Amino acid sequence: MSVASHLELLEAEAIHIIREVAAEFANPVMLYSIGKDSQAMVRLAQKAFAPAKLPFPLLHIDTTWKFREMYAFRDRFTAEQGLELKVHRNLEALQKGINPFDHGSQQYTHALKTQGLLQALAQGQYDAAFGGARRDEEKSRAKERIFSFRDRFGQWDPKRQRPELWNLYNAKIAKGESIRAFPLSNWTELDVWEYLEREKVPVVPLYFSAVRPVVVRDGQLIMVDDERMRLAPGEQVQQRKVRFRTLGCYPLSGAIESSATSLREIIDELKSSRHSERQGRLIDHDEEGSMELKKREGYF
Amino acid sequence: MDVDLLRFVVVGSVDDGKSTLIGRLLYEAQALHDDHLSQVKRASKQGGPIDFSLFTDGLKAEREQGITIDVAYRHFATARRRFIVADTPGHVQYTRNMATGASTADVGVILVDARLGVLPQTRRHASLAALLGIPHLAVVINKMDLAAFAEPIYRTFEKELIDFTAKLGFYRVTFFPVSATQGDNVVEKSARTPWFEGKPLLEFLETVEIARPQEAAPLRLPVQTVIRSGLDFRGFAGAIASGSLRVGQQVAVLPSGKKSKVTAIDAAGHQVMEATTPRSVTVQLADQVDVSRGDVLVPLESPTPLSRRLDAMLVWMDETPLDPSREYLVKHTTRTATGRIARVQWKTNHETLEQVPAERLELNDIGRVTLECPRGLLADRYAQNRATGAFIVIDPLSRATAAAGMVVELDAAPQGEQLRPITADEREARLGHRALALSVPPAIAPWLERELFDRGLNVVSVASLAAALACERAGLIALWPTPEPVPAIPAIDAKASRDEALGLVLKLLAAPRKA
Repeated sequence: MSVASHLELLEAEAIHIIREVAAEFANPVMLYSIGKDSQAMVRLAQKAFAPAKLPFPLLHIDTTWKFREMYAFRDRFTAEQGLELKVHRNLEALQKGINPFDHGSQQYTHALKTQGLLQALAQGQYDAAFGGARRDEEKSRAKERIFSFRDRFGQWDPKRQRPELWNLYNAKIAKGESIRAFPLSNWTELDVWEYLEREKVPVVPLYFSAVRPVVVRDGQLIMVDDERMRLAPGEQVQQRKVRFRTLGCYPLSGAIESSATSLREIIDELKSSRHSERQGRLIDHDEEGSMELKKREGYF
Repeated sequence: MDVDLLRFVVVGSVDDGKSTLIGRLLYEAQALHDDHLSQVKRASKQGGPIDFSLFTDGLKAEREQGITIDVAYRHFATARRRFIVADTPGHVQYTRNMATGASTADVGVILVDARLGVLPQTRRHASLAALLGIPHLAVVINKMDLAAFAEPIYRTFEKELIDFTAKLGFYRVTFFPVSATQGDNVVEKSARTPWFEGKPLLEFLETVEIARPQEAAPLRLPVQTVIRSGLDFRGFAGAIASGSLRVGQQVAVLPSGKKSKVTAIDAAGHQVMEATTPRSVTVQLADQVDVSRGDVLVPLESPTPLSRRLDAMLVWMDETPLDPSREYLVKHTTRTATGRIARVQWKTNHETLEQVPAERLELNDIGRVTLECPRGLLADRYAQNRATGAFIVIDPLSRATAAAGMVVELDAAPQGEQLRPITADEREARLGHRALALSVPPAIAPWLERELFDRGLNVVSVASLAAALACERAGLIALWPTPEPVPAIPAIDAKASRDEALGLVLKLLAAPRKA
């Protein structure tokens, strides 16, 4: 057998991580955000346990503000693949009417994503949660462990992270504490796309270019996905040929102008691209070091 | 096109320009995006040149302190290779971080400041890189711009380190005269070092042969989990730690020693005839053998015995020092066993790197120990197998990762004198008080025993002098109720009150033990 390519090495490592978590924890769950990283992670998990089904459910933290195409894709994909999907919404915050327009991205994200996640993990009594985060995404992620230790409040303390050597992961936790496990830690955005292409994994069509209704807001192209979108005075809905590099809540996801309509074209575009993918994520720009603050509070 | 993957670790102290070097590599490899660039340009000193170190200094706490406090991983790719860089701090209190980054590295890059030369920490870093089994060492003599790109300076440090590393066992040591801030010999060969005949650093990293000793080592497949499906599918899943496995091969399952034949191999969704480390596979066997997590598949022809006692190098990583009397958890491949670090043989002096006697290991100490695992480990020597020779030590109370271990010798068999007799001191340390045998008046014996017991002392009433002496040897407080004291052991007078009796016992316990 020839020398393994970098994708084969990353795949082998990710499968090893997924199996370690499934073997060492009583009640793991896999966070499923419907994005490309989740798609890669789910495929890796399927491979890790084939021909058996996944020994853990998927969990979607639903803010109710995802793109409509994401919900449709989620339901179709999980049904086709026979995946057990759990959906959690922070009902308390929704009843209070917290939304991305009136409350600002910080307060909104904290309530519907961070708090929603912590509620769901506590209710399910999950002792380990897989996330699709990658170290190349953002500066504070670069120091993240593959098994990231969280205290009883789900919070991350950079100084209390355990040294992680070889592929020997310390899975010992006290009751109430938990681990977030990141099988894609060593993958880059390009690796993920190349893997999705190689494995022919379906992704939400929003990643592909199409003419979509958008407004220009703070230099970002925001898609008008449903009637809840509020337009500021003077904002005009335009039809532009755009796609998304990352997907989240539609009022907070910036599109890019692109003509890429296939995975191959996305890969080619990425190779010549000079902008990092998180640029389209409005929530990271709130303040310097904002991802680190969110993680300390319990965000992925 | 398929490219391979090189992992390297960069080590240096606060001022060696390590962050700048990594930032420069990322910048030149175009692994930095415009928005990161503009963030850094904003954060660089107003109007000055780009501060490359800002690309890699991740956490807020670090930026405030101006130092890197934890291992960070960076990614970049060239047309030839994908790279994973472990960026580790180099000051002495963060030895554990360097060990972490070095554990998976193919190449270790260490920085030397051309103005300061080879420092104790340079030797420390090189030694640690060697200990963790990194095959290639790359020495970057940095800040050559501040040393006028003078060849004699470079040659002096090169010579010094060639001599020093000769005995460390690297596959190869390579040197580079560099200015990370100005880019000399990082990506392009510098015109200012015409005397330098080597490749620039990036080209070296792109072309250095990745040593894969794991591939040639005998098969070790530690089972992570057993996959069951339908009525008759049973697959044994794991990452191949070393060697390769093919359909039709005879294997033994350790520790049971049961034999079987491989009938199918699934490598990440593909049925293959053969798979090599580090692939993750699911293996089916011809027979209904009992296999569970922690078992290891090995070639039939060379079954490995279990080691219950082995010598290892430990890098202690916990604030709580090593305690030879405590039990720890040892995670080795997919097996977690209890074990004791029975003895510290020596530790390394941080400054001189000499072996010095030690009773215990503290945070960032490196030492050689004897590890005892009653149920045994299927280990190899780390020098021969980086996967099955490595383990971590977990503190069962705090659950912290307390140490990283590398097996040096297997079954450090007790050779006569090494089975040390248990001393009275050891028993006293275990039980928390000295041993004592004494005769007491029968009337107060039950009261006295209860009184001492409730004070947390290990006390027992016995029926004879011989029993009292035996219990004393075992480290206990033995009370022999008798109306007729003997001179061999202390006695409590028959007329003593309860309080006087108790006072006497406590006084005896407080007195130093007779030699």
